[in-house]
Amino acid sequence: MNLRAIPFSAWIGIAGIAIAIFCALFAPVIAPFGERDVVGDIWLPAGGDFLLGTDNLGRDLLSRLIYGARTTIFVALAATVLSFSLGMILSFTAAVMGGFVDQFFSRFNDLMMAIPTLIFALVVLAVLPQHLWILILVMAVLDSTRVFRIGRAVALDVAVMEFVEAARLRGEGSTWIIFREILPNTLSPLLAEFGLRFAFSILFLSTLSFLGLGIQPPAADWGGMVKDNKDGIIFGISAALIPGAAIATLAICVNLVVDWLMKRTSSLKGGRGDA
Amino acid sequence: MPESSSAKNALLSVKNLKIEATSYPPGEPPKTVTLVEGVSFDLQKGKVLGLIGESGAGKSTIGLSALAYGRGGVRITGGQVLLDGKDILTLDKNGIRSIRGARVCYVAQSAAAAFNPAHRLGDQVIEASLRHGIMSREEAKKRALYLFQVLGLPNPESFGERYPHQVSGGQLQRAMTAMALCPNPELIVFDEPTTALDVTTQIDVLAAIKHAIEETHTAALYITHDLAVVAQISDDIMVLRHGKTVEYGTTKQVIEAPREDYTRALVSVRQTKRDEAPDQTGTQLKIEHVSAGYGNGFKVLHDVSMHLPKGQTLAIVGESGSGKSTLARVITGLLPPTEGRITFEGKELPRALKGRSTDELRRIQMIYQMADTAMNPRQTVRDIVGRPLSFYFGMHGAKKTARVKELLDQIEMGTRFLDRYPAELSGGQKQRVAIARALAAEPELILCDEPTSALDPLVAEGILNLLLKLQEETAVSYVFITHDIAIVRAIADSVAVMHRGRLVRFGPKSKVLAPPFDDYTDLLLKSVPEMEIGWLERVLATRRMESAGN
Repeated sequence: MNLRAIPFSAWIGIAGIAIAIFCALFAPVIAPFGERDVVGDIWLPAGGDFLLGTDNLGRDLLSRLIYGARTTIFVALAATVLSFSLGMILSFTAAVMGGFVDQFFSRFNDLMMAIPTLIFALVVLAVLPQHLWILILVMAVLDSTRVFRIGRAVALDVAVMEFVEAARLRGEGSTWIIFREILPNTLSPLLAEFGLRFAFSILFLSTLSFLGLGIQPPAADWGGMVKDNKDGIIFGISAALIPGAAIATLAICVNLVVDWLMKRTSSLKGGRGDA
Repeated sequence: MPESSSAKNALLSVKNLKIEATSYPPGEPPKTVTLVEGVSFDLQKGKVLGLIGESGAGKSTIGLSALAYGRGGVRITGGQVLLDGKDILTLDKNGIRSIRGARVCYVAQSAAAAFNPAHRLGDQVIEASLRHGIMSREEAKKRALYLFQVLGLPNPESFGERYPHQVSGGQLQRAMTAMALCPNPELIVFDEPTTALDVTTQIDVLAAIKHAIEETHTAALYITHDLAVVAQISDDIMVLRHGKTVEYGTTKQVIEAPREDYTRALVSVRQTKRDEAPDQTGTQLKIEHVSAGYGNGFKVLHDVSMHLPKGQTLAIVGESGSGKSTLARVITGLLPPTEGRITFEGKELPRALKGRSTDELRRIQMIYQMADTAMNPRQTVRDIVGRPLSFYFGMHGAKKTARVKELLDQIEMGTRFLDRYPAELSGGQKQRVAIARALAAEPELILCDEPTSALDPLVAEGILNLLLKLQEETAVSYVFITHDIAIVRAIADSVAVMHRGRLVRFGPKSKVLAPPFDDYTDLLLKSVPEMEIGWLERVLATRRMESAGN
């Protein structure tokens, strides 16, 4: 691959993601203070010892932001990857097999989508024990319904192409057809969806944390930090905006990279594309 | 060059036209490509100029330049397009707008895609005239009625009330011609108006267009890749290749005494004829009383029987909707027949694909009409051709690569194509790779579903010759589905004529294509344009005589 062919916007995205991942990996090294240490007065303004000020309990905001990157990125990424694996495999199977299998999966999916996501998540998370992996799993399953819908739509489009028919005529099995014939031709829309879903995962996690069912305090995560500091806004203290800005920046960065990847895969040697 | 002296009073005079486009190859800086260079011609009032060439020759691009229009990213960078002596390339937006759809009109290839399905035909036909304020609604309606009559549309009084989906493809193409003629333009650009139609429909549309042009004294640019069609309708012909003029002359001169090698090749293309095999008694493939249909009870095939001896070619001819492709799907097992049976090499084939063994699948391979969609765009030639080798014969590594190279040699393509993607191949090369994929399975029968109808004539001839060569080398049999009688003459041993899902005629080529004919075969054979000036008039005249005799 030619590094020069990467557009400027993608470089911005790559840089943003790299910084976030660097923070997540080396949080204990680069954070000036501990994640849970109360180091000063509450809601100190930015500057001095505390680069971004302190939060509602007097903890260093920058340190919490750095530690928060860890949980936020890990949970959102794990949930998105899992939901994509699940949604894509099921939707492609439905599209390739057709008939009863398709009807069963699709109607079950409709059933799942009929229940409001947030309420569903709240109920399930309230019942189940509070482990991180359960949180990830619940987010993944709920999100996979969306992936299923788009996955089935794009796969159906490709499944009627003649090269898939040619593969069937050859006697290929469903696994080959799904992974070798259909998957490579549906990557563009799915990559686009991945970027969007990742951003939504961060938001969803933040929502859950905000409602007290996501990441449990005192562990830091960006959504929870917004919640902790939201009351400050009334007094003109911008502490809540900083983790909010971090969420927005990461979401934008991911989408910048995905946009470029999408263009690349769809223009690649005459793929079916929209670039 | 004809009429270069009379350029002054020409209606349309194109001088030294140069058209460029910018392409964006992935990972490389944008490139400027020259599509058309140094093209000049004059068109007198009421005359027809045929622009002919293979795809990519720039004929549509030139046609659209008469409307001062370039498709996405295409720029007219040099030369002049004089309409009545005024250069329309120098006009501003409003100036061009007053010309398009009023003085110069355009008829697109696919009328089905060019009409708005939500509006009635009549409203769409008169829309341009009203928008340009050329005539009042009443006048426009009157003119539309007149044009519907001239174009021979059924029930001209009520035709305009219909929606596009309520009329046939041929009628839609004529309605589009009416739309172009309605504002009384000086020039019409016809962009392959009959290419998407069946031969039996094409002749009607062609006759209607010719009649309408003569009747209204409109000048026309007629773009096509079929020299036989253009010979019927145009006064002059310009042969184009790679955006440059190859030959420009009167129709008579170009058809009867072509000066350039390329034109000669175009004129003589598809005149190859092959003698049929003398012994046609064997039955490798036997189709007995097969009926099939889609969905609930809608039958497409009715009681079709035919057979094919080993190593020979059976051509199935018919227009679209005749069920010929459906028959291919039945043979492959994609569509299980509702009645009848198919025997291959003395053994009855299981009806559905699922019931067939890998070896049964291997022995019958298929080549599609559109090589583009028949190959996975994300696999290289190596993967595409190599997959049947590993799937059926368990080949891998060096042995597989060696065999792929061998196959590429067989289809007359070098090993440098090994790692190319389908999009990096030309149309003819793609079809060759598709043939190599079929060959890789070492089949005994190859079903060819119109493999050449999407290709340019010279390329198509190359493919046909390749198929014949491969048949000699490997003794493979072909079931060749086509709508083109010329191809049937060139390659078939036996012929089956199909019409509306029924077998009309079946037998050795010499018998099927010789009189006495049944009505449908007669119509089909007479509708194929011949490379001969005056053919259209002759056919129409015999038709009139016949109907008068009745």
